[in-house]
Amino acid sequence: MAIATHNERLRHHFDTAEQQEESSTLGMWVFLLTEIMFFGGMFGAYTVYRNMYPDAFASTSRFMNITLGAINTVVLITSSLTMALAVRSAQLGVKRALILFLVLTLLLGCIFLGVKVVEYHEKWVDHHIPGPGFRYDDARYFRQAQILFFLYFAMTGMHALHMIIGAGLLATLIIMARRDRFSAAWHTPVEMIGLYWHFVDIVWIFLFPLLYLIGRTR
Amino acid sequence: MSTIFEQPRVEAPANYLNVDYGWKSWLFTTDHKRIALLYLFSITAFFMVGGAFAVAMRINLASPRGVFSADTYNKLFTMHGIIMVFFFLVPSIPAVLGNFLIPIMIGARDLAFPRINLLSWYIYIVGGIFALWAAFDGGVDTGWTFYAPYSTTYSNTHVILTAMGVFVAGFSSILTGLNFIVTIHKMRAPGMTWMRLPLFVWAHYATALIQVLGTPVIAITLVLLALERILHAGIFDPAVGGDPILFQHLFWFYSHPAVYIMILPGMGVMSELVTCFSRKGIFGYSFVAFSSIAIAVVGFFVWGHHLFVAGQSMYAGTVFSLLSFIVAVPSAIKVFNWTATMYRGSISFDTPMLYAFGFIGLFTIGGLTGLILATMALDVHLTDTYFVIAHFHYVMVGGMVMAYLGGIHFWFPKITGRMYPELWAKFAALVVFVGFNLTFFPQFLLGYLGMPRRYYSYPEEFQVLHVMSSAGASILGVGYVIPLIYLAWAWRKGPRAPQNPWDAKGLEWEKAPSPPPTFNFDTLPIVTEPAYNYSGEPEKEEPLAGEQRGDRHA
Repeated sequence: MAIATHNERLRHHFDTAEQQEESSTLGMWVFLLTEIMFFGGMFGAYTVYRNMYPDAFASTSRFMNITLGAINTVVLITSSLTMALAVRSAQLGVKRALILFLVLTLLLGCIFLGVKVVEYHEKWVDHHIPGPGFRYDDARYFRQAQILFFLYFAMTGMHALHMIIGAGLLATLIIMARRDRFSAAWHTPVEMIGLYWHFVDIVWIFLFPLLYLIGRTR
Repeated sequence: MSTIFEQPRVEAPANYLNVDYGWKSWLFTTDHKRIALLYLFSITAFFMVGGAFAVAMRINLASPRGVFSADTYNKLFTMHGIIMVFFFLVPSIPAVLGNFLIPIMIGARDLAFPRINLLSWYIYIVGGIFALWAAFDGGVDTGWTFYAPYSTTYSNTHVILTAMGVFVAGFSSILTGLNFIVTIHKMRAPGMTWMRLPLFVWAHYATALIQVLGTPVIAITLVLLALERILHAGIFDPAVGGDPILFQHLFWFYSHPAVYIMILPGMGVMSELVTCFSRKGIFGYSFVAFSSIAIAVVGFFVWGHHLFVAGQSMYAGTVFSLLSFIVAVPSAIKVFNWTATMYRGSISFDTPMLYAFGFIGLFTIGGLTGLILATMALDVHLTDTYFVIAHFHYVMVGGMVMAYLGGIHFWFPKITGRMYPELWAKFAALVVFVGFNLTFFPQFLLGYLGMPRRYYSYPEEFQVLHVMSSAGASILGVGYVIPLIYLAWAWRKGPRAPQNPWDAKGLEWEKAPSPPPTFNFDTLPIVTEPAYNYSGEPEKEEPLAGEQRGDRHA
């Protein structure tokens, strides 16, 4: 016995579509809260070591490639714009624009990751990857510098991991959009992954000044 | 002989248990009640593994020279701690009773995210496999606290594997908490206002806040630990400029609030038991409700009391000591309110209530000795002694496990549709109480006399107390095995339970059959009275500024 007004997107345990939508949104925000705490642990460690070793920190910041970092910041902010436009297109139910903006976002995300690979490669060439092969020209700061590069890789690496997951989610959204799964009435996944993408952007907005800009000596 | 009277076959009404029997209907279920049972069986298995390590420890400590080598003993207490904390205590009441009851208590058909709920169980199992793999492939010897630099540089056991197990299981805890928060916000039945919520739900809401805010920090800490162990960059190693105290700060930033993850749900169970078996409404509903939130909030600012002797600044120590005293206030409010609830109540001594009595006494001892440890001058003397061990076992075992067992007995008729044998249950509750006290009270004395924790051998003058403790542990073990047997028997053969065997208040008793159908209620419940309205009086005043209805249909 089918109920006449049955909405195929409404899952059995919800009463109304609004209730379902609100639950998803609240759930996503709570999840982003956990993400803040996750990155917060590393930001806390960063703060401690930055205060402990300000000179060593100034010394290592010379090796951060500010050009690539700045390019990546622009790329990521632009991807946030295209993501916002994708959400808007989904709300309006415009399939072509939705797919276009999702593809653009994915593309920008991939550019970011590509630039990151170039940066990591530079560090590899300079022996700035923590571990047995680590070298540092200024012997005074060898040990402290290793810790700071450790934090650099942990923080940007964890951020890059979130970008990779985000790229996978975007690809899923593109496939779903092509199969006409979204409409102006139901596009919750686009909104949720939009929130996630903006969050990952914001993390970078904090990482860039902290790792590249503050205390720069040259 | 030809007339055969066929018994008229009475079809049992469809419920969540008899709706399907195939293994797929369990492993792919999204029903919160079935997932609760998956958790019930898996955490019971982990409890037995963790218990086996405890048995081995107590055997070792029965004689001053020990039975096992020092290295083996280090692994025993480490695995006991890790299994019991991360794979039993943290998920115990929330993932089993909370999962089963929260949707029913607030009048919902399921949690907000049923598939995420199932996912959390699979994540828990994957984490558990990592931990068991590490345990049975040589073990790990860092203590459950993984203190650096021992864990990052010197230990040659399965640190990374164990840390990954805890890391993975953490996400299960996060997802459970997330699900509870959204469910309690968005899924309440018409009329189920915040101030009409059962206190069990309030306690789980507070627990969920800690799970969501605290667990990610231990996750990233363990990632840094594992990376450090691989790379040896020195982030936690003082020999090369790192700060081992930083690890302790990060670790306890989660692990102290996690103590409240392990006790708050037990306090939620207590509020249900005390009201039901005193036939009275709770004394000071809003105080008990908000004390849960207060514990969750203040609990995040007391972690430094684990670092009094670790080289933390004296001023930080003073502040953390003061805050630790403050966090005791909401706990005390709860204990006072439960006793005030019992005052002039018509108390009955059913098994769940026996566990509730046990909880109040033992938790009070555990809590008050916590204040002794929060006093800096005393803590310098007592740090890392058996006094600490006895203190947190009084809270964790005397508190949480008592509440867990009480809750399991209380809701057993609802979960299984059967009654358990009351006499055996009362006997077991008594055995657990006696065994527990005999195990852990001597440890207070041992600690006071200076016996340090984590030692496999000790001077002979401590033997009497250690033997008492080991004897108590064997009694306690019996006390845990008896319920396992009679509850398993009762599940199949026990007499059928009516819908509300305790004549208790709450949607799970008043509106949902025993056992409930898949979607919990035959008709959508509408709530018209406050929680624990045992006197049957109409609501006297609007509890909070006019919020009359739940968010549903607002």
